[in-house]
Parts: sequence; C-alpha cells; structure tokens
Amino acid sequence: MHELDPVATFRQEAADLLEELEQTLLDLNANPAARDLIDAAFRAMHTIKGSGAMFGFTDVATFTHDFETAFDLLRKSGAQPSPRLIEVALAGTDHIRALIEDSAGTDPVFGDAILSDLRELLGQAAPDLHDAASATREPVSARPAVRYGLTLRFAPDVTVNGTNPLLLLDELRGLGDCVVEPLLDRLPPLGELDVAECHVGWRVDLTTDKPRSAIEDVFMFVLDDMELDIAEQSDASPLAPNIAPAPARAATPAERADAAEPVVAAVPEVASRADDRGSTVRVQAERLDRLMDRVGELVIAQARLSQLAHNRREPALQAVAEEIERLSAGLRDTAMGLRMMPIGTLFARFRRLVHDLSGELGKPLEFVTSGEETELDKTMIERLADPLVHVIRNAVDHGLETPDVRLAAGKGETGLIRLSARHIGAEVHVSVRDDGRGLDLARIRAKAEEQGLLTPGAPASESELVQLLFAPGFSTAREVSALSGRGVGMDVVKQTIEAMRGHIDVTSAPGQGSTFTMRLPLTLAIIEGLLVRVANGRYVIPLSAVEECIELDRRDDQRSAGRSFLNVRGALVPFLRLREAFGETDAPGEHQKVVVVAAGQSRVGLVVDQILGHHQTVIKSLSRLHADVGAFSGATIMGDGLPALILDVGQLVGGRARPVHGDREAA
Amino acid sequence: MKTILTVDDSPSIRQMVRLVLTQAGFKVEEAGDGSQGLAKARTQAFDLVVTDLNMPVKDGLSLIRELRGLPAYRGVPIIFLTTESDGAIKQQAKAAGATGWMTKPFQKDQLLAIASKFLGA
Repeated sequence: MHELDPVATFRQEAADLLEELEQTLLDLNANPAARDLIDAAFRAMHTIKGSGAMFGFTDVATFTHDFETAFDLLRKSGAQPSPRLIEVALAGTDHIRALIEDSAGTDPVFGDAILSDLRELLGQAAPDLHDAASATREPVSARPAVRYGLTLRFAPDVTVNGTNPLLLLDELRGLGDCVVEPLLDRLPPLGELDVAECHVGWRVDLTTDKPRSAIEDVFMFVLDDMELDIAEQSDASPLAPNIAPAPARAATPAERADAAEPVVAAVPEVASRADDRGSTVRVQAERLDRLMDRVGELVIAQARLSQLAHNRREPALQAVAEEIERLSAGLRDTAMGLRMMPIGTLFARFRRLVHDLSGELGKPLEFVTSGEETELDKTMIERLADPLVHVIRNAVDHGLETPDVRLAAGKGETGLIRLSARHIGAEVHVSVRDDGRGLDLARIRAKAEEQGLLTPGAPASESELVQLLFAPGFSTAREVSALSGRGVGMDVVKQTIEAMRGHIDVTSAPGQGSTFTMRLPLTLAIIEGLLVRVANGRYVIPLSAVEECIELDRRDDQRSAGRSFLNVRGALVPFLRLREAFGETDAPGEHQKVVVVAAGQSRVGLVVDQILGHHQTVIKSLSRLHADVGAFSGATIMGDGLPALILDVGQLVGGRARPVHGDREAA
Repeated sequence: MKTILTVDDSPSIRQMVRLVLTQAGFKVEEAGDGSQGLAKARTQAFDLVVTDLNMPVKDGLSLIRELRGLPAYRGVPIIFLTTESDGAIKQQAKAAGATGWMTKPFQKDQLLAIASKFLGA
C-alpha cells in the first residue's frame, strides 16, 4: 500500500527536513553565533544522511556526509559559519532535493562542484564516507566444522543493562552442536548475593562451521565488559580446562574508533520547529477532500431534514432535526479546521526567494513577514504559492529601486518588502508591500497604448490604469530581465486568485511604494449564504459580501426608474435589478428588497423579490458548459433537493456580468 | 505478545521498524523524540526499546539514562541506532545503560536478528 511505503514517507520527510534546513541556514546567516541553529542544521543533515542510506538513496547519503562533517566540526569547535559556507550549504540543500526527486536525472557534476567548494572552504581533503554506506558482512561459505572451547564471564551488572546471558547461550546453540556447563566458582556467599547481578560463568564446547567472528558477533554488545576466551580445540581431544581469564577481544569492525575524535557532549535541548511534529498526524490530502465531500453531502441532507421537520410541525422531529443541525455544523467546522494550515508554511518558502533575488539584483533588502499564524484552506495555500512568487518577484525587480537611486531619493539604501496576512471578516487578506518607487502610471499608459490595450489619449482613471496591469500580455518591464517580465504575467496571477473566488487590489503612491493585496475566502468548499428569490428562481448571495438588507418601497422604485440609485441614509448606492439582469419579464411583487453588498471599495444594491433566509452552502462548481457565465460562481443543492445558483458578487458589481438571457433581455 | 518501543525523529525509520517488527509478530509503539519516548515508557511496559541518538527535545543518551533510572526498566534491553563510525558515542551510550546498537543503514534481517537476540526467538 502506498501510504505504508517507508520510501514515500522518507521522501516527504526529507522534503520537510530540507525546508527546515533551509530556514535554519537562513537564520544562521542572520545570526551566525546561534549554537542551537548549528545543532539543528547538523541534526537535519544527519537524519537526511542516515535515513537516505537506509532507503537506498546512497548518493544522497554520500553527498550529505561532507556537509554533516562540516557542521559537526562547527558544532564541536565553537566556530561560526561564514556567509560563504551558508551559500554553499544552501546550494547543497538544493542538490539534495534534486537527488531525492530524480536521482538518475541529476548530473553528478553539480554535486561534485558543490562538494569541492565546500572542501575548499574547510581547507581539507575529502573525507571518506563509505563506512555508512557499505557495512560489509563476511561472506558465508561452506567450511569445515571446527570445535571451540569457550569460556564466558560477564560483568556482574550485565542483566541490569538489558542483556540476558541465557539468550546469548541460546544464540550459541544456534551456531552448532553445543555443550554448556556453568562455572560457579565466583559466586559470592549467599548473604552477599545481589539477585540482580550475574556471577555465573559458562564453559561451552561448540562445534560449528561458522567462522570465529560469528561467535564474537553473538557477544558484540558486551565484548568490552566481559571475559571471553575462544580456543580452537585440537580435533577430538576432550574439553581442556581453560578457565584462565583472557582479556576481552578487540572491537568488531563496526566499532573501529577514531581515537583522535573528541568526545561529543550530549546534544543540548533545542526548541526547534520540529518539536510539534510528533503530536501531529500526516493525512493524505485526498482523504481530507473525501471527508470534506462527505461533510458537504451531510450538510445538504441535514438542510433537507430541517426543512421537512419544519413542514411537518412535529415537535419531536424538529428537536432531532435541530440536534442534527447543531452536530453537523460542528462537524463541518471541525472538518474545515482540518484543512486549515497556517500561512506561515508558505511564507517561509519566500525567504529563500527574496534572499536569492536580493543577491542577484544587487538590491539589499529587508524581508518582513507578519500574520504567519493566519489560517487558510490548505488547497488555497498551495494555489497561492505561484501568484505570490510572481508578485514578490515583481516587487523586488520592478518595485524596489537600486541602492543608488534610493539614496538619491533620500531613502535608506536597504529596501523593504513586507509580506503579511490577516483575517478580515470571512476573508483573508494577503498583501505584498514594497517601499520602492510606486507604480509609474505614465509608463503603464504608454505601454498600454503601445500594446493596443488603450486608445491613445483616451481618458482613464488611476484605478483603470492599475487594472491594465492585469491585462493579458501586459508588461511594463523596460527590458525583459531574467526574473520577471517573461510571459507569465499578472494576468495569470489575477486568474489564479479569481479562480479561488478571491480578488486582487493594488494601491500605490509615487516614491513610497505599492501594495498588492489578495483578498481570499477562508475556504473553497462551504460558504455562508443569504438565500433570496428572484421571480421563480432561488439564488445564494455569499454572506461575507452582504452589508444590509432594506426594503425598496414602491415610490423609491418608481422614482429611481432609469437611474437606479438608492438613497441609503444619505449615501447614494447604485442598484441592479436582478429581475432585469436575469431576463424575468413579469411584473415584480409589491415588496421588493434590496440587498446591499460590498465588493472592494464599492457598494451596490441587488434588488430581489424575497429574502428567504440564511443558508449554509456547499459549493458545487458549474459544468464546463457554464464556465463563462460570469454572474455565478457555482451552484448548491437546497434542502428540498432543488438547485440554487450562487451569485458572484465581484462580477456583478464590477459591471462585467453579461445578461444571462441575452436573447430575451428586458427592454 | 512482546511490545517494542521505537523512538526516532524520522517517521520513515519508525515506519520501517514498525513494519518489519509487526510482521514478525511484535507489537510496536512509536515516539518521535526522547521525551515522548520517556512519557510512553512511564505509562506502559515495553520488552525492548529501539531508540535513535540524535533527536530534538531529548536526545537518545538522556533517554537511555533516564530509562535506566526507572526501576521498571532495569534489565529491559535498550538498543540505539547510530550512523557514527566513532566508538566514543557507543561508549557513552553503553555507559548510559544501553544494551546494544545497530548501525544505520540496517537491513530488515539485521533488525529481526536484534529483536530475537534480546527477546528470544
């Protein structure tokens, strides 16, 4: 089974360790004196090496060995890592990642180059790894049986430390014919005998075809502390009394010690990011998705039950229905919580990106993150990665000025990139702010005119110009640099964000920088909605967008005909008659309602026939046939089993909603 | 049924130990670091403990030392896993009370051999 495959677990684990290692190295770069960071880096390398060798990633183990040695030296000597060493180690991290992902497709030349850099830094020849990767065993071949006379005496505390001498004698019996005799000569008087101690020795007559080392292997863990004498017997001669204690034998091959190596102190306790790993369970995302689906179905079934119970007016049934409603709401929240992850996991990845960008572009900068603990649906965090990379790259590449320009403008030499996340209502706002030059509106206009996106000389407001940034194919980069301005543009960023039912806004001030804010719903699967009726159709308006509901009285209705503005406590709010938008031609009822929704900076009223109430909605996406119906973001199934469409408020308010029934649009 | 505790910060190693030993008919419990291992060992009796040395929070040496300090763990075999070729660490671990060791990487058969060495065939 895939999920029980330790190799798959190792890949995942190595990916986590490498990410942790990368963070540790970056932290070390900022704070080279932190001993706990050096220990943490060493430990990560050590685990990658050990587990790598174990699961067949010998090239990973070989490669990592030298880095482990380097950090072990640091650890023991108390020296500080140089920035150059950290650069090399970061490159090493990338190489290990490549080896784990695709060992065969990774050219060893890269690895060799990194290792030779490392050795140069350490000023030493390449140490050999091969002790870890090739634990050789003596070949077993047919050999004549030899008779041995063995004398064994263990240290008195042998059993306390977990060794059972009787099991070792059993092991000897497994090697061949065996006669065992106890030696009781060292037994203390009964009054002085500690029952936990072992004072019995044994004499063993063993005939075996196994080599002498096989006998030593039986005692390998106690060899140093025991008396073991192994004497080859001359053929059929009786067991010679050979009780003279002999010194313990030399260590086994695995034990060859480098005596010059200083004794390593116990690793101090480090509060590391890995600490909380033990208390978590890793679950395949697919299973979570299935759970979410089931919960979604349950919420729908529960809504039907509630409606039935309501119709029957049977108190007992209603009580059960309410209980189930409460439980399923709890279950839904818990299930949704399972999918939530702190966005910090994503932010951490960008530190490396920014570090590299800063170096490549020669723009010293400070990267500040906040709101790492903000939780967001896991799928969204993953989908957010690419757009954020793009926005951050843009901020560093286009937003920030070079140090000389900054100095000339009276700013500090070091630029600032601030990445933050926070909860606002039912949304999470993720923003990337730079303190660079700000958007150059004149250049955006020139570029747009050049690319035919804007009629030359046509009036365009600031926000319209800013929106052009997101037009397909638009790029303001004066020259295409290696980092940005290549094909994948802000249009893709916008599409990705909108596919998550999110929005992207830009604010900018000349000379002070710009801010890209991505507004995202908390989850993709379930929303709280306001259920409304328009003619015979039922629709769901996401509750997060609803500001208030007001009555549209007949006078207002008639007065506003043709103008479609409503006076809400002194503020003029434009409104949209959904009846007209949806091509319903029959006359509306007496008491129409206006649902005032907010989207971005604007407020818009949506005129509906009736407000049916609050509805928890499991979003089902529309089929591909309906994908371009901009006014709806999805559909849901109601308690009575009938579908309702979910309004895409952003699209409606943005005025880009095409008439749904274009052929019979109301006059 | 004999119960074995595997203490390792590497889930893949724990998983491998568990798979191999469960197939051989042992019951296996896992802990992700020394302090979790100690907590488990305090609430449940184990017939064999297999622990890594290099771990966060509480390393293997401290775990071995503290286990040996518990009356219930006098005489319980404790095996440590190590990649170090240097003997000093083995001496330290033995001084702390370890019974034996296994060098990483190890094969399934080596693990089974160790289990039967300390728990009987």
